[in-house]
Amino acid sequence: MLIGKRLKFLSAAGLATLASNAVAEYGLNLPEPVSPVTRDIFDLHMLTAYVATVIMIIITAVVVYALWKFRKSAGYEADQNFHVSWFGKWAWVMVPVVVLGIDLSIAGKATKTFSLVEDSSDPDITLKVTGSQWKWTYDYMDDDIRLVSNLNKDIPVTDNNYLRDVDNPVILPVNKRIRFLHTATDVLHAWWVPALAYKKDSIPGYINETWAIIEKEGTYRGQCAENCGTGHAYMPIVVKAVSEDKYASWVAEQKAEKAKAMAEATSDKAWTKDELMERGKKVYMTNCVACHQSEGQGLPPAFPALKAGPITTGPVAGHIDIVVNGSKKNPVMVAWANALNDLEMAAVITYERNAWGNDTGDVVQPADVKAAR
Amino acid sequence: MSTEVAHDDHHHGPPKGIGRWLFSTNHKDIGTMYLIFALVMLFLGGASAMMLRAELLYPGVQILDPDLYNNLLTNHALIMVFGMVMPAAAGMANWMIPLMIGAPDMALPRLNNLSFWLLPFAGTMLIISMIAPYIFGDTPVNTGWTLYPPLSVQAGIGMDFTIFTVHILGISSILASINIVTTIVNMRAPGMGYFNMPLFVWAWLLTGLLLIMVMPVLAGGVTMLLFDRHFGTAFFDAAGGGDPVLFQHLFWFFGHPEVYVLLLPSIGVLGLVVPTFSRKPLFAYKPLVYSMMLLTALGMVVWAHHQYTVGMSEAVTTYFMIGTILISIPVGYMLFSFIFTMWRGSMTFETPMLFAVAIVLMFSFAGVTGVMLAVVPADLQYHDTYFVVAHFHYALIPGAVFGLYAGVFYWLPKWTGHMYDEKLGKIFFWWTTISFNLTFFPQHFSGLAGMPRRIVDYSAIFMEFNFISSISAFAFGASHLLFLYIIIKTIKGGEKAGDMPWDGAQIGTPGLEWTVSSPPPFHTFEQPPAVIKQS
Repeated sequence: MLIGKRLKFLSAAGLATLASNAVAEYGLNLPEPVSPVTRDIFDLHMLTAYVATVIMIIITAVVVYALWKFRKSAGYEADQNFHVSWFGKWAWVMVPVVVLGIDLSIAGKATKTFSLVEDSSDPDITLKVTGSQWKWTYDYMDDDIRLVSNLNKDIPVTDNNYLRDVDNPVILPVNKRIRFLHTATDVLHAWWVPALAYKKDSIPGYINETWAIIEKEGTYRGQCAENCGTGHAYMPIVVKAVSEDKYASWVAEQKAEKAKAMAEATSDKAWTKDELMERGKKVYMTNCVACHQSEGQGLPPAFPALKAGPITTGPVAGHIDIVVNGSKKNPVMVAWANALNDLEMAAVITYERNAWGNDTGDVVQPADVKAAR
Repeated sequence: MSTEVAHDDHHHGPPKGIGRWLFSTNHKDIGTMYLIFALVMLFLGGASAMMLRAELLYPGVQILDPDLYNNLLTNHALIMVFGMVMPAAAGMANWMIPLMIGAPDMALPRLNNLSFWLLPFAGTMLIISMIAPYIFGDTPVNTGWTLYPPLSVQAGIGMDFTIFTVHILGISSILASINIVTTIVNMRAPGMGYFNMPLFVWAWLLTGLLLIMVMPVLAGGVTMLLFDRHFGTAFFDAAGGGDPVLFQHLFWFFGHPEVYVLLLPSIGVLGLVVPTFSRKPLFAYKPLVYSMMLLTALGMVVWAHHQYTVGMSEAVTTYFMIGTILISIPVGYMLFSFIFTMWRGSMTFETPMLFAVAIVLMFSFAGVTGVMLAVVPADLQYHDTYFVVAHFHYALIPGAVFGLYAGVFYWLPKWTGHMYDEKLGKIFFWWTTISFNLTFFPQHFSGLAGMPRRIVDYSAIFMEFNFISSISAFAFGASHLLFLYIIIKTIKGGEKAGDMPWDGAQIGTPGLEWTVSSPPPFHTFEQPPAVIKQS
């Protein structure tokens, strides 16, 4: 299944390196915050953690003292009237008052932080984050750029970035107010990068908001936090925070690439099989691989194999139809008509019909896809 | 447990053969069956936990594929909550409540039989839910016990079996609760007022009421899920005008009170164990009862703190935060009462008392991490990480499970007529407590470092604590073999137990269980006993 290929025998030597790598990076606490919100949250976390520690020390001290002092083996006689002493009579008032005092002081600080958390107004950049089984799609709403980000499967299990690295990281500028919009296409997900982005669930049909101002350049990592099925452990998040200039040139580059791709996709050029195969593989590895897997073996039964599959080796029209319009039987296979252009769809269909020994020899042109829309 | 006894007791003796158990209407026999069922489930749920921890021993996927991992995870929770803790608490209620309040049996003995015999069917159904996906070739139940849609709508036929399991377990719990509440309200011996009842009886009265109120909501929620899956409704499907978050509200409206359902019976046990071994009445019996009532009431109205991240409005979220933090008042008061019951007492440390002391400390710890989690902005970081896993295992293992262990050791002499082996009991206590802490304490750190829940595989940066956790979990699991051995040994023989094996047991608000022999005869209190009113 998903794992078969990565299943590695961990030798004793491998384990030793694993352990020594881990020592260096192992966190005991939330990672250092790099955004005003996460910093406030971090302070709140430390406050409650200290209060908790002090309370535990007091309780433990009282209990241990009592256990030692009021032992029968030390000859201590029980005080049968303790519960009717003044202390016993008024404890039911005193204890709740003390606890309430601690509670309210924590709650006061918490509500203040919470208003900051909820204030995602006036963003410089809006990034829509869409969770799908099992990849993240990022839409830069202001620049009309789309990124699809998948697990990088080439990291060995002994590496610290195992399951924490992706093919396309999110690029974001520092010192800009960024608003994240969270939603999902299929099931619940949660986009969580502890250093800069706290959790709000990605829910189909909902749009949740979080925000950040990244104050330090660097690479920040996180993982999907809400159980989303088979590949839940395999949808990491990587954010690369770069300077504003670098970000501007990255955006320009992406836009130019996109314009080029659009021009290609709408040209009447007849593509050769090799060209389509090359592009198709790229499209496949970004959009299809999470479910149908890198060798087309799928994750049956939920995600059928494309290798020697009835659709990928059957009539071309049926194959084009399921990619363009999605599956009627299995809603998890969505319609790709809005997400991919004609050339990309033509390429990926060509790739699927000829890769992994499918060898149908069919070549699908963008015009064929256009006709099926 | 009372089998051996019964054979010697021909006067008013029990029926012979399998019919004694199948058609039983005797509260002691049904209590015994509940306890044995819970013990079997403890090992089943424990075995699944062991497999989960074995998978998590090292990074990389070694023994379980992701769906099977999450299926075992789901079943571990369902088995432990519905199959182990609740039946064990119900078994103790069946055995002890009629004895404590001087009733000849439960108020509705045939209903009692039904509510037990539903359980084995539910257990079977749960096992089918694990096997069915492999027969029908579809996705296993990989949602976790919360069964959140849309993932649970996506899952295969196993989910339908899980839904029916929840239905049957729910019916069983509701019937048992109705029976227990009815018994407590109607069957108390003349002279036993509500405030003369042992704390355990109070705890179960409130537990029963809670279950009757919240179980139907869960049943409704999973039924809507079933309709979404098969009958074209869209309660939880945004594309059809439904709302995936609605299920979370329905689930947690049940799910949060459920925490107190698991917790309260154990608090009841503590309310007997602590005074007994401190040889001094419960500090503040009445306020303790009132704080249990407050806990029950508050517990009903704070459910959404399990779903701070779904994007509720600021006002609503703040309400749930304040409500949740306020829970520390009744819970803090309970723990305070237990500590000050020990204070100026004359303590000895038999196994039940050791568990009680450990519960006070470890449950306090779960309480303070609970307040940390209740604080919304911080929870937006903790949510769905191992920090939460660590917190609720600290709440439920000391809070519920160790409380039941304390109860088992406290009442084994009464149930079997034999003293358990004190030395083995103490070894069991230290073994479980130490290995439990080593298992779950490190998980706070892996959670803060960024490890999400319900993942089959994790990065090397989380390795060390997971390794410690797994190794300790194996020790924790293994300790229960000793538990089983102690129980069997005590049933088979041992030092004879007197009618009142604990010399402090008559202090405070004792029940009438100490006025009958150990083990009690098959039928007790055929004539209502007289209760001397206590002040």
